[in-house]
Amino acid sequence: MAHEIQWSRDLDAALASADGKLVLLDFSAAPL
Amino acid sequence: MYPNPRVVDFITTQFIPVRVHARENAADFKRLGDRFNAHWTPTTLLIDRGGTERHRIEGFLPIDDFLSQLALGLAKAAFARQDYPAAERLYRDVVDRFPDTDAAPEAQYWTGVSKYRTTNDPSALKATSQAFRERYGDSTWAKKASVWA
Repeated sequence: MAHEIQWSRDLDAALASADGKLVLLDFSAAPL
Repeated sequence: MYPNPRVVDFITTQFIPVRVHARENAADFKRLGDRFNAHWTPTTLLIDRGGTERHRIEGFLPIDDFLSQLALGLAKAAFARQDYPAAERLYRDVVDRFPDTDAAPEAQYWTGVSKYRTTNDPSALKATSQAFRERYGDSTWAKKASVWA
């Protein structure tokens, strides 16, 4: 089980590599 | 919410995660916010590879509610690509795994619709209407299914 999420910042690259998966796009203002 | 291991595991296995932060990535936040009409945080969008939004979660949710919405999004995406057997399975999974969430009655409704789409048998809709008499009878989805009684 993964311990943290490896977030990308590049939506278009994520869409290009989606290969059947959905992209989860998170708009966040949470403390980093 | 996201540090929760169940949430991390679900997102990691089911989705390609992209995050834009209101302050750290202000330009991307503005650009993508305008593109998807997302101007509040937290907002989570599930987007197919064609760039079409398939599901939207706005505002904070407790863990099971959030997970149920993510699962609902998977089902909605299957329905949108007209893979009705997969949609039925995924909607039913929402009801089975998250029976006490707001997603459950919605998923129960769409389970019936998906089955009908697969079989073209109207008894699937009637059975769904009857199911709402036993569970989620106070939901909006029960009202929508009542026409099938």
